[in-house]
Amino acid sequence: MRFESVKPLEENHYRILDIDGKVINQEKLPNLTDDQLLYLYRTMLFSRTIDEKALSYQRQGRMLTYAPNLGQEATQVGSAYAMEKEDWLVPAFRELGAWLVRGVPLKNIYLYWYGNEWGSHMPEGVKVLPVSVPIGSQFQHAAGIGIANNIKGEKNVVVTYIGDGGTSHGDFHEAINFAAVFNAPVIFIIQNNQYAISTKRKSQTKSETLAQKALAYGIPGILVDGNDIFAMYSATREAIERARNGGGPTLIEAYTYRLGAHTTSDDPTLYRDDKEVEEWKEKDPVLRFKRYLLNKNLISEEWEENLKKELEEEVVSSFEAIENKSDTEIEDIFKYHFEKMPPQLEEQLREYKDFLEGGK
Amino acid sequence: MANILNIVQAVNQALENEMENDPTIVVYGEDVGLEGGVFRATAGLQKKFGEKRVFDAPLAESAIVGTGVGMAINGLKPVVELQFMGFSYPAFNQIISHVARMRNRSRGRYTLPMVIRAPYGGGIRALEHHSESTEALYAHIPGLKVVIPSTPYDAKGLLIAAIRDPDPVLFLEPKRIYRAFKQEIPENAYELPIGKAKIVEEGEDLTIISWGAMVREVQKASEMVKEKGIYPEIIDLRTISPMDRESFVESVKKTGRALIVHEAPKSFGPGAEIISVINEKAFLHLEAPPTRVTGFDTTFPLPRGENHYLPSPERIAKTIEDLVKY
Repeated sequence: MRFESVKPLEENHYRILDIDGKVINQEKLPNLTDDQLLYLYRTMLFSRTIDEKALSYQRQGRMLTYAPNLGQEATQVGSAYAMEKEDWLVPAFRELGAWLVRGVPLKNIYLYWYGNEWGSHMPEGVKVLPVSVPIGSQFQHAAGIGIANNIKGEKNVVVTYIGDGGTSHGDFHEAINFAAVFNAPVIFIIQNNQYAISTKRKSQTKSETLAQKALAYGIPGILVDGNDIFAMYSATREAIERARNGGGPTLIEAYTYRLGAHTTSDDPTLYRDDKEVEEWKEKDPVLRFKRYLLNKNLISEEWEENLKKELEEEVVSSFEAIENKSDTEIEDIFKYHFEKMPPQLEEQLREYKDFLEGGK
Repeated sequence: MANILNIVQAVNQALENEMENDPTIVVYGEDVGLEGGVFRATAGLQKKFGEKRVFDAPLAESAIVGTGVGMAINGLKPVVELQFMGFSYPAFNQIISHVARMRNRSRGRYTLPMVIRAPYGGGIRALEHHSESTEALYAHIPGLKVVIPSTPYDAKGLLIAAIRDPDPVLFLEPKRIYRAFKQEIPENAYELPIGKAKIVEEGEDLTIISWGAMVREVQKASEMVKEKGIYPEIIDLRTISPMDRESFVESVKKTGRALIVHEAPKSFGPGAEIISVINEKAFLHLEAPPTRVTGFDTTFPLPRGENHYLPSPERIAKTIEDLVKY
C-alpha cells in the first residue's frame, strides 16, 4: 500500500508524469484504455474552453462574476474520474473539471454563474451537491454523507474539495475529525492552488505541507502533484478503494496553481508577478498530458485543433441556450423555502404581484 | 397504566415513538448516547436502538449540525441535540448558510428533513451561556422553522410533527419547566400542527401572547388580576416562525389590547414582530398601545441576578393592570 510508505511531513510529491509528459513511475501508471485517456484529455480541454469562453463573456458584460478553474484541470478531472457512478461529490465552488466528469450538464453550470438557482438543481442520478460558497463548510456535509453511508450500510464513498485557505477554517478540522472518528468513507481533497484570493499559502499555516495535517486525525495523508492527472487519479482511486472497503477517510493535498484570477472581480497582478505565473505555465496540467499523448501517438495537433473547434461550438451553444432567457420567475423566489409556503410568504408574494400588476 | 409525563419525559417518548416508526431517524449530539444527554432527554434510546442510531458526537456544534445536513441529503432523518442554546452559535453558519437554504438553493432537489433540539431559557441557576433565549436570531432566518412547546402534551406532539416535517425545524425546549409539572398524555405517537398557536385561557379584557416557560408565569399573573376582575385571553404561540398571526390578530380584535411576554431581550425580540403584525392587521381595534414585558437588553445575569431579569408574575400583573386602565 502506497499510503504506508508516504510521509506527509516530507515534501515528496507523489508523481507519475514529469513536466515533459514522460512516465517516471511506471509501476503506478494507471491501466487506462486509449478511449479513457482521450476522454480525460477531452474533458480537461472542455473545462478550459468553458472557462475561457466564460471569461470572454464576462468581459463583454454577458456573464456575471465567474470563478475560473484554469490550471487545476488535472486535480479535478483526475480525482473525479476515480469515482464510481454511485459515489457522492461535494464541491466548494471551483470544481468545474469534477462537475463535468460527474455529469453536471454545462447548461446547469453556466446557469448558476449566470445568476439563477435552477443551475444548482442537479439532474436525477447526478450525486453532486450545489456550490457551497462559505469556505470550508461543505466538508461537514461530506462527512455527514459518509457517516450516513456507514449507518445505512451502503458502499458508496464521498469525494469533497477545499482550497488551501479553507484549511484554516474550523470546519476543516471538525469535518475530518468527525469522519475519522466514525471511519466514514470520505476523500478530503485540498486543492492547494497557492492562493486564497491574494493570501499566500505560507500565510495560512506554519505546517510544511497541508497533507501532514492528516497525521493529527489519525488518517492517511498524501501530497500529490496536482498537475499530474495520473497521480491524481491513482492517489484518489487508492483512497476510494480503501474507503469503500471500510478503511475510512483520506486527506489528499493536490499541489497545483491557479493560473487565472480568484474570480473575475479579482486582479492577481496586485499580489503575484508574471515570472511566477510563467513558471507555472510550464507545469500546465493540460500541456503535460498533451505531451504524454503526443509521445504515445494517440493525438496530433490537427486532431486537437478539430476537437477545440467542436468543444467551442458546444460551449457557445450551451451559453446561448441560457443567455437572455434565464430571468428568475417571481414565484420561484418564494416557493422553495419550505415544502408548502407559510401564510406570511403567500401574502408577501401576493402583495408584490399586486404591486406589479397595478404598476402596468 | 396512565402515561403521566413531564416535558423532558415527553420529549424522550416522542423520540422513542418516532424511532420505532421510522428507521431512518438517527439521534446524536454531545453526551446523548451512553449518558442519555445532560438533561436525560435521550435516556435509554441508545440501549433500545443501538449505537448506530443513537450516538455521542465529538464536541463540535458546527459539525453536529453540518454532518446532519449531509445525512439528511443522504436519506436519513437526523434529530441532533445541541446541549444548550447558548452553544448553538458555533453552528450558526451551518444553520443559516446551509440548513435553512438547501431546498431553495437547489430548487427543491435537496431537502433537509432534520430537527435541531436545544434546551433554552433561564431560571435554573445555571452557569454563563446556559440561560439564553435567542429564538429571534433564528426566527429571522428564511427557510427555518422555530418551535417552542410549553407543556408535556405539546412537547410530544410538536416534536413528532417536527420530525415528520419535510423541512428543518429548530426545536427549543424550555428547560426551566422540563420537570416542573406532569400531564397525562397519549402513549402512542400523535402530531400537533407546526405554525398553530393555542388559546390557553379565554378572556375578554386583553390578549397576552407568550411561549415557553413564560406561559406559566403569565398564567400566574392572570390568576392575580382575575381577583381584580380582569380576564386576560392567553395565547401560547408554540411556533415562533412561521407564527400563527391569525390567532392573536383575531383575539386582539376582540379585546383591543395586547401584551407580549417573552424572556428574550426586548429590542428586536419576537415581541416587536408580533406588535408590527397587530398594527398592520388590527390597528383600528386597538384601545391601548401593544405592550411588552420581556427580559432586558442586557446579558443574561448570573444566577444571583436572574430573578430580576426574568419577567415575574408580579411584573406581568402590574403591566396588565396598567394596560387595562390605559
